[in-house]
Amino acid sequence: MTHQPANPAHLSCPAPLEATDRVQLGHGSGGRLSAQLVARQFLPAFGNPALEALGDASIVTVPAGELAVSTDSFVVHPLEFPGGNIGSLAVHGTINDVAMMGARPICLTAGFVLEEGLSFAVLDRVIAEMARAAREAGVPIVAGDTKVVERGKADGLYINTTGLGAVDTQFQPAPARAQVGDVVLVSAPIARHGMAIMAAREGLQFESAITSDTACLTPLVDALRPLGMDVHVLRDPTRGGVASTLNEIAVASGFGVEIDEPAIPVPGDVRAACEMLGLDPLYVANEGVLVAFVAAARADEALRALRAHPLGAEAVALGRVVAAHPRLVALRTALGSTRIVDLLPGDQLPRIC
Amino acid sequence: MRYLAEYRDPAIAKALIDRITTRATRRWTLMEVCGGQTHTIVRQGIDEFLDSAVEMIHGPGCPVCVTPLEQIDKALAIAAQPNVIFTSFGDMLRVPGSDCDLQQVRARGGDVKVVYSPLDALALARKHPEREVVFFAVGFETTAPANAMAVWRARELGVRNFSVLVSHVTVPPAITAILEAPDNRVQGFLAAGHVCAVMGYTEYEPIAARYRVPIIVTGFEPVDILEGIAMAVAQLEEGRHEVENQYVRSVRRLGTEPARALVAQVFELTDRPWRGIGTIPMSGLRLRDEFSAYDAERKFGVEGLRVTEPADCRAGDVLTGRIKPPQCTAFGTRCTPEHPLGAPMVSSEGACSAYFNLAKYRRGEGAEVGA
Repeated sequence: MTHQPANPAHLSCPAPLEATDRVQLGHGSGGRLSAQLVARQFLPAFGNPALEALGDASIVTVPAGELAVSTDSFVVHPLEFPGGNIGSLAVHGTINDVAMMGARPICLTAGFVLEEGLSFAVLDRVIAEMARAAREAGVPIVAGDTKVVERGKADGLYINTTGLGAVDTQFQPAPARAQVGDVVLVSAPIARHGMAIMAAREGLQFESAITSDTACLTPLVDALRPLGMDVHVLRDPTRGGVASTLNEIAVASGFGVEIDEPAIPVPGDVRAACEMLGLDPLYVANEGVLVAFVAAARADEALRALRAHPLGAEAVALGRVVAAHPRLVALRTALGSTRIVDLLPGDQLPRIC
Repeated sequence: MRYLAEYRDPAIAKALIDRITTRATRRWTLMEVCGGQTHTIVRQGIDEFLDSAVEMIHGPGCPVCVTPLEQIDKALAIAAQPNVIFTSFGDMLRVPGSDCDLQQVRARGGDVKVVYSPLDALALARKHPEREVVFFAVGFETTAPANAMAVWRARELGVRNFSVLVSHVTVPPAITAILEAPDNRVQGFLAAGHVCAVMGYTEYEPIAARYRVPIIVTGFEPVDILEGIAMAVAQLEEGRHEVENQYVRSVRRLGTEPARALVAQVFELTDRPWRGIGTIPMSGLRLRDEFSAYDAERKFGVEGLRVTEPADCRAGDVLTGRIKPPQCTAFGTRCTPEHPLGAPMVSSEGACSAYFNLAKYRRGEGAEVGA
């Protein structure tokens, strides 16, 4: 047996390398890697004085009066999809919830649960989208938190955002304020987000990629603000789609809602995908659509206000509030018959035939 | 969309409704065979417009509704096994078995995935050679060619960790069974256009002649269905009983021969129980012996599983048109869309579920939900 001289190239040092392309458990340790993560990834993107103070809590100045508070957790798979990613979704989703109360969004907080092994390339794109969405909405992310869990304990990345908004005493839409005679408006063609996610998740190929409609809806809310208390209800029909939102409003107000099937705006590619999979676009999620219930006398004015903004250019009147069939949503078909649009017991499932 | 918009045109539909109601000198009883046709009829309220002229009975052509309880229980038993990825079309996930459904198996740790094609399931098997991938092959002749293709490809590629739980059924024996029943009320049929696109319609010609019933091969859009009904009513009024093809843009008399050949190569006829209806001789498809390596029942040893259906559920009487759903004692009480006893309450287009919603609408009751 002959002695082989050691080849220095085969020697390796067990000490951890700091430079890495993936999230490690150490990034959630509170130690140096955690500090690096905040300093390199989050602060440059989200930078604002409240966040940069790096205190245990941020100090924000709020207008006098009541605050609207909303929180939402985002667990979308895949993390990135045509039209956005989980970052833009987490910003838009919570801002929109605050805005649907008629409040003016002031600031957001963001909590991240990262899975060990998540690539920094993905995380950086998520953070960049999130920062862009917050900047465009004019709503700073003033506080944040990051935790890392072991590989397999999370689906890449979860985000929770909480939003604060200043309540506008002259503009307080609420589901219970729907009145018989109200006109139901929808600000844009529906079902894009849900179908974009499904197509991306399942690898479904269509002629063109369906893009998510994820968007900040505050410009549309501000467009309706001059109508004041004549805007009775604002909602963004996310999970469960327009059908579930209308059902919730019917139950909350105690009145019936009637919509016209031919008026339901669905983009051609989204409709084709829905037909292929046997899904009803009324139950598919939206992230850039609002539903407004407006006093009949001012419905045309509201429609014009929505259409004046690019996000609302294709706004339409979908139906009306009626005294008949209280707490139920009914749909008038193209043929003139009526059927009920009920809540689904669970997720909508693609049909065999 | 071309070939679609014109078949949804309200003006054409209304003209057909007028033609049917004018033509009918009495009220005829027709059955649409396919669940897809039921879907259109219920959603568009077509039966309401025709009520004076035609009673539509929703037939047993919903594959979800007729898949027998024992096949569902076999699916649940296989899906619960640790090394299995169980794949299925989406709407089978909520169909109740004896004590749970596939969604609940998934919640308890089973790996249950929704796929859009059996070939996706085969791809999954190639991606995970260490796991057993099972596809739940349900449906009528429409889905049989793709399922046959998946098995055929698996053998060609030498994929050993892929198998199918077969619960295929075929339409003509079901129509015959309905016509043979002593209390049958059905006077004419709308045959399922997509089934005939595969199989053609020569099999229906002896049935129409023997039982003296019109059978119209019909499509799925409102205008298709109304045209099919108009053709059936015209035959009944004239005392004719023929097979006619309304769905000429998709169906030829001999169907699609390569698809038929593939189905015949992989599957053979067998007796098959239909949920709520009972066993119909030679009404199902099973894998031929040469493909038995791909038979999930054999692979997982669940062939012998036998179960009895809940006595409460009268799905069979509903599916054969003997009773309307509200005549079932469990309807709306022990059986609701949230807790279905039988499959017609599962799917939103199932006859029981459709009646459940209609009843709520007429009572003026809203859904009980938290806002």
